[in-house]
Amino acid sequence: MQSQIFSAPTVPTKGAISIRDVTKIYDPDGAQVMAVDHCSMEIAPGEVCMIVGPSGCGKTTLLNAIAGFHSITEGEILLDGVPLCGPKHPLASQASDRIVVFQNGALFPWKTLAENVAYGPMVQRRWPKAECIERARAALKEAGLGNVADKYPGEVSSGMARRAEIVRALINEPKVLLLDEPYRAMDALTKQIMHEALLEMYDRTKVTIYFITHDLEEAIFLGDKVYVMTTRPCRVKKVIDIDLPRPRDYTTLTSEAFRLLVKEADEAVHEEALKAFQAGEREMA
Amino acid sequence: MSAVTALPSQAPAPRVFKRRSKFERAVSSPRFWRGIAGILAFLALWEFGAWAKAGLGLEIPFFGKLPAPSAVAAAAAEVVVQPGYWWSWVESYKRVLGGFVIAMILGIPFGLALAVNKYFRDVFFPPFEILRPIPPLAWVPASLIFWPTNEMSIIFVTFLGAFFTIVINVLGGARTIDVRYLRAAQSMGATQWHLFSRVILPGTLPSIFTGAAVGMGITWNVVLAAEMVSGGGSQAGGGLGFFIWSSYMGGSMEHIIVGMISIGIAGYLSSALIRVLGERVMPWRRAF
Ligand SMILES: Nc1ncnc2c1ncn2[C@@H]1O[C@H](COP(=O)(O)OP(=O)(O)OP(=O)(O)O)[C@@H](O)[C@H]1O
Ligand SMILES: [Mg+2]
Repeated sequence: MQSQIFSAPTVPTKGAISIRDVTKIYDPDGAQVMAVDHCSMEIAPGEVCMIVGPSGCGKTTLLNAIAGFHSITEGEILLDGVPLCGPKHPLASQASDRIVVFQNGALFPWKTLAENVAYGPMVQRRWPKAECIERARAALKEAGLGNVADKYPGEVSSGMARRAEIVRALINEPKVLLLDEPYRAMDALTKQIMHEALLEMYDRTKVTIYFITHDLEEAIFLGDKVYVMTTRPCRVKKVIDIDLPRPRDYTTLTSEAFRLLVKEADEAVHEEALKAFQAGEREMA
Repeated sequence: MSAVTALPSQAPAPRVFKRRSKFERAVSSPRFWRGIAGILAFLALWEFGAWAKAGLGLEIPFFGKLPAPSAVAAAAAEVVVQPGYWWSWVESYKRVLGGFVIAMILGIPFGLALAVNKYFRDVFFPPFEILRPIPPLAWVPASLIFWPTNEMSIIFVTFLGAFFTIVINVLGGARTIDVRYLRAAQSMGATQWHLFSRVILPGTLPSIFTGAAVGMGITWNVVLAAEMVSGGGSQAGGGLGFFIWSSYMGGSMEHIIVGMISIGIAGYLSSALIRVLGERVMPWRRAF
């Protein structure tokens, strides 16, 4: 099916993220928590980039810096070669070229799904109000949410809400979609459906995806690349190229290649998690 | 072909159950009838206790001093046809709503300003916090002196009763809006005005209504007390508080109880009004 709502170039050209030598120290005048330490990453346009690493290592910190939620201490972050933040402007602006889908979901509870999706175009005055709602409805319909468009987020399942949230992000035609453990705490079956829905939307939009997860299978199933991060302070420990053919579906999960990739990622993550645990024990002692 | 269309959301409509009104559901539940039985038993006991003194020469503590419910009902039947009784309602409602509405009009913007502006908060919150613990009734004598008419001082004290509660609720509600909503809105291109009008305001509405409900309760307390204290004087007569007070002065226990029940009903109607209003203004809260 060809989408009328989201159009995608065959070869993505927008949404390259360069993270160069970024350091983030929380509370520099006091406790000095170094969350990210000279971290560098090059994310190609339209790449699905999966970030895994021990809890508390600084993944969200990096995402927040890209999104413009907080400043960085050193280094710079570029989007398509244009600096978002750097030594001169440590805080990136918040703009609709980078949209975040949060861990617990951030659909406005006081708006229906259609109103939620229409929110971005409406505040940006992209189209007249009625048209915004019209297009929001169409986008939801395309994502299989047509019959819950007029429900409030509290009235639909968490899976539907999360899909609607991704629709809400994509209608703004962002260059980058930032997802912070969006499917955490979902059961395996719902997750699988979420993954297929996300991949389908990805195929239509080819938006660059920066996706944080703790679930290695999720990372490998969805990603072009999996970045394994070190324990805090955060750096890239290992990049795993996922050359599984697309489109992927549930049969991918049982393939030998998939299993080997999970094993490789697991070893890298496990090593870091162990370090994090031991560091934690030292701190407690 | 897309993977998404096969989702459960596309399944055929589920079987429709016949919807029953709240009333229908209540009447058909045993809880409802147990409640009715409880009330009837209470009234019967009361009636017996009141009658026992005359009928058996036996004074049951507490109940013995009360007029029988039948006597109260008789007094009520007499009273409700008098326009003066309904004027008491009007007087009290005027004061309650007057103070309450002013408290909302001033309290909501004040609370929001405290929440969104750091400088405003730094300057105005400390004096607010100093005044807040003073019980509204402690203001009665001062406001009687300060305001030219008794009526104004009652409304002022009523206003104070609701104002502090509303402000604290609005401030708390606006300050605890999840930062995710603000960030999401901002990253979709919301301006400061949009953040305020489309995120902070609707996000604070539940707290505004909580504040309003609590404030309304306080308002009735304050109005009744103020009417009892000052209503007996020359200028500001009337009101349900004064109705009770003058019944007490006149030694009519039946009328005191009629007044008490009237106030119960009046207070209930006020909270019901706020609840209905809240459901209309916040349709998303109705669902669960
Ligand atoms: N505002 C803050 N002030 C001080 N320290 C902070 C702050 N936010 C996060 N940290 C610390 O920075 C480190 C990295 O946090 P971050 O949230 O980025 O980790 P994470 O990798 O996203 O973890 P998780 O996988 O648990 O979500 C943590 O040790 C955390 O305690
Ligand atoms: Mg995190």
